[in-house]
Amino acid sequence: MNKQLIRQLINGQAHDLAIYPNRSLLEVLREEISLTGTKCGCDDSSCGCCTVLVNGMPMLSCVMLAASYQEAEITTIEGVAREGQLDPLQRGFCEAGGAQCGFCTPGMIITARALLEANPNPSHEEINQALGGNLCRCTGYTQILESIDRAIQLMRIHREAAVGR
Amino acid sequence: MAEFTTIGKRLAMLDAPAKVTGAGLYADDLKLPGMLVGKILHSPHPHAHIRAIHTEKAEALPGVHAVATGQDVPRPYGILPIGHDECVFTADKARYIGDNVAGVAAVDTATAERALELIEVDYESLPAFFDPIESMKAAEHRLHADKPNNIEKEYHHVFGDPEEGFLEAACVREDHFYCSEVTHAAMEPHATLAAFDADGRLTVWSSTQVPYYLQRTLSEVLELPMSQIRVIKPLIGGGFGGKSEVISVEVAAAVLARKAQRPVKICYTREEVFYAHRGRPITIIDLKTGVSREGKITAVEARVVQDGGAYCGYGPVTILYSGALLNAMYHIPNVRYDGYRVLTNKPACGAMRGHGTVNVRFAFESQLDMLAEEIGMDAAEIRRRNFLQAPCMTVNGLRVTSYGYPECVEKVVERSGWREKKGKLPFGKGMGLAGSHYVSGAANPIIRSNMPHTTVNIKVDRDATVTLFSGASEIGQGSDTIQVQLVAEELGVSVERVKLVAADTDLTPVDLGSYSSRVTFMAGNACLEAAREMKRQILEVVGKRFACPAERILFRDERVFCPDDPERAMSFEQAVLAALDAPGAPDARALVAKGTYTPPAEAQGGKFKGAGVGPSPAYSYSAQVAEVTVDPETGQVTVDRIIAAHDCGRALNPLSVEGQVQGSVWMGLGQALQEELIWEKGRLMNPSMLEYRTASTLESPPIETILVESVDPEGPMGAKEAGEGSLAAALPAVANAIYDAVGVRIKSLPITPEKILKALREKEKQSKGTQKDEPAGI
Repeated sequence: MNKQLIRQLINGQAHDLAIYPNRSLLEVLREEISLTGTKCGCDDSSCGCCTVLVNGMPMLSCVMLAASYQEAEITTIEGVAREGQLDPLQRGFCEAGGAQCGFCTPGMIITARALLEANPNPSHEEINQALGGNLCRCTGYTQILESIDRAIQLMRIHREAAVGR
Repeated sequence: MAEFTTIGKRLAMLDAPAKVTGAGLYADDLKLPGMLVGKILHSPHPHAHIRAIHTEKAEALPGVHAVATGQDVPRPYGILPIGHDECVFTADKARYIGDNVAGVAAVDTATAERALELIEVDYESLPAFFDPIESMKAAEHRLHADKPNNIEKEYHHVFGDPEEGFLEAACVREDHFYCSEVTHAAMEPHATLAAFDADGRLTVWSSTQVPYYLQRTLSEVLELPMSQIRVIKPLIGGGFGGKSEVISVEVAAAVLARKAQRPVKICYTREEVFYAHRGRPITIIDLKTGVSREGKITAVEARVVQDGGAYCGYGPVTILYSGALLNAMYHIPNVRYDGYRVLTNKPACGAMRGHGTVNVRFAFESQLDMLAEEIGMDAAEIRRRNFLQAPCMTVNGLRVTSYGYPECVEKVVERSGWREKKGKLPFGKGMGLAGSHYVSGAANPIIRSNMPHTTVNIKVDRDATVTLFSGASEIGQGSDTIQVQLVAEELGVSVERVKLVAADTDLTPVDLGSYSSRVTFMAGNACLEAAREMKRQILEVVGKRFACPAERILFRDERVFCPDDPERAMSFEQAVLAALDAPGAPDARALVAKGTYTPPAEAQGGKFKGAGVGPSPAYSYSAQVAEVTVDPETGQVTVDRIIAAHDCGRALNPLSVEGQVQGSVWMGLGQALQEELIWEKGRLMNPSMLEYRTASTLESPPIETILVESVDPEGPMGAKEAGEGSLAAALPAVANAIYDAVGVRIKSLPITPEKILKALREKEKQSKGTQKDEPAGI
């Protein structure tokens, strides 16, 4: 098997990589560029821990061949905070207890981020629909829902502050 | 009452920023130069002699650095001293599909997997047992030579006079309950990295709940002194008991690392995690309970058979807990318990959240509802009639120091509108109530020893940084935060001032681990003792300067002061420096203090056999009301709402306690309605997160939490456990609600639509049978 050259924009940074075509995006992220924030919970696309944004869409990186995503824009959990400041979702997950063991948290935050970008004021039903593929074994999801509510509230405060200025 | 500054606050977990940014490191995130990938060869046979293993071809494969088999590490091990019955690689025979037979270390996963294919094992298949009842009858083909009838352990306990008790009863019921096997399914698969340094010293980073036991086991199996082994626990992605005993992955990594002379990492695939298992066993319960006309329970008798799988693991503890906790949350004078833990050719069962208590609680709280109905009593009322009066000893020697259960029952009755709604909802809608309890750590350690259950050290440096050294394991439950909160509260400093060094056997004193909900209670008490000792050292100096009796001096808001005289005050920093620079101070660089916790002797149970397992320094209590909708056409159950009241003593961090209670209730709901390991001749039919069916956001109901604070006299600041106790009440609460909704009583878990439909059809048939004149439909 020959390695293949690919270029991807990962968390805003261009990466030129020589990879085997059978490597999953998850393996490439974790092993080639040491972005270990994206987790492997199941290796068969059933848990959502490995969710990353690919061109803005939440996707399961464990079942994506990295080589098929030439020039893709990828956001992992490491790319969510900006200039060292936690994103409202990250703050929400801290403040409302959405992260217990933290293993599902990166995937949860990535999925929730895609949702909030498309719909800044989702109902609980819409949040539950969006997160249906991200399993958590610690929280029973109640505090995850509260964390996202908290993030929505924080984002609203930010927006209002920005308008006020 | 003392006012708290940190305790009782809804504090975010200290490690939350690391978890939400991806910066936090779990075992699989670690990497060392030259690191190899380890893989394990698992038996494809449920029961087979291993006649020979040929590893030459695998060894010859380029990229393979080591191949190991049972010949390399013959020493058996196990979590209990009485159960050292498994080897890292089984040498004589395989006892279940998935049993570990050999291991390889290679440059990458593909090479390691290829090497596994090249290992030739000559198996001679043996008859296998998959059903515990059948296994108990077996005369030949024992799983382990020293276990006749494949019975791992049996216990027979009698308290009071059960025969007399049943004679006194106005109503006696006997029911048969069956609970399927469930597993932890923590989101993080087991992972271990093992590396030897040039001096032959081993360091293991592992997803373990108990670094100390892992260090011990590695020492025994590898025949290395404990001083030559360092175990470090990185972040853990959930455990729920599944990481509380050494499954062979850790030893295998160390064996391969020694052989290959390179660091070796083994990460289990999700399928391997399912086969590693150690979850809650299939439990078959024959339960008999008698109640008086007034609803007083007069006697309880249980025969419990647990399908333990192929190895001992925590099994004897599971079967003992089932007995010890069967009757102990109510006042029950007469009890008989016969428990059997049986070996079968399946992966070993072990400890899982609510260890031992969950299935018997399901049976007991279901049957209590049936008895209430028979004597025409409300389900909440029959529970009230049997409340304990704390402080007290239960008939089986469990010492109850605080008992918030009555308040739990009242709170859920009130919040749910029980009085108005119970029994009055339309067909298809129902509500059910049930209770549960759990230990706040076991009063006796797994390994007999006189050392404290926890020791912690505190160091305060010249810049007044407080460092807590604790061996306790944060596994996602928030125990790191709780320990820091306790130290900060006692020293009157902010949580930011307190740094934590945790779960590293080189740096932290021995803690017996994160299981049986012991950390808050036990490590928490040790933290308080250490902080108090630290204060004493500071007061020795500051007290003299203030000319104020030491007991009048407060540590609060980062200050040390005498409330009688505002002039007599100094900052915490000043007080620390004063103590460090005092003439005769032992060390001018840092103040150090130690704290320990050992359960009081009177909490360790009576003298009867088996008393060692079950007793705890304190017990949590929970009451829950479940509201459900059952579709009689499909049998589908929707849990609309769960109200859970949990008596956690004092809620040290309500945000964390609520999270623990909700997680417990939710896991209980999973077992009640959908989770189950499905076996077909020893092969698991659903070894993936998709097929095992833990609930997603779409099936998870709102869980409303009510915290009841009974403030235990011996708990740290009054706290008790919160991580497990609520789980067990969820199952019978749902079962009772289903009965209320559609009038069928399901005594077998999980309560699937199929079981409900079948019961509804049988009920329909019976009612038709009694009304023969009615026309049979349209």
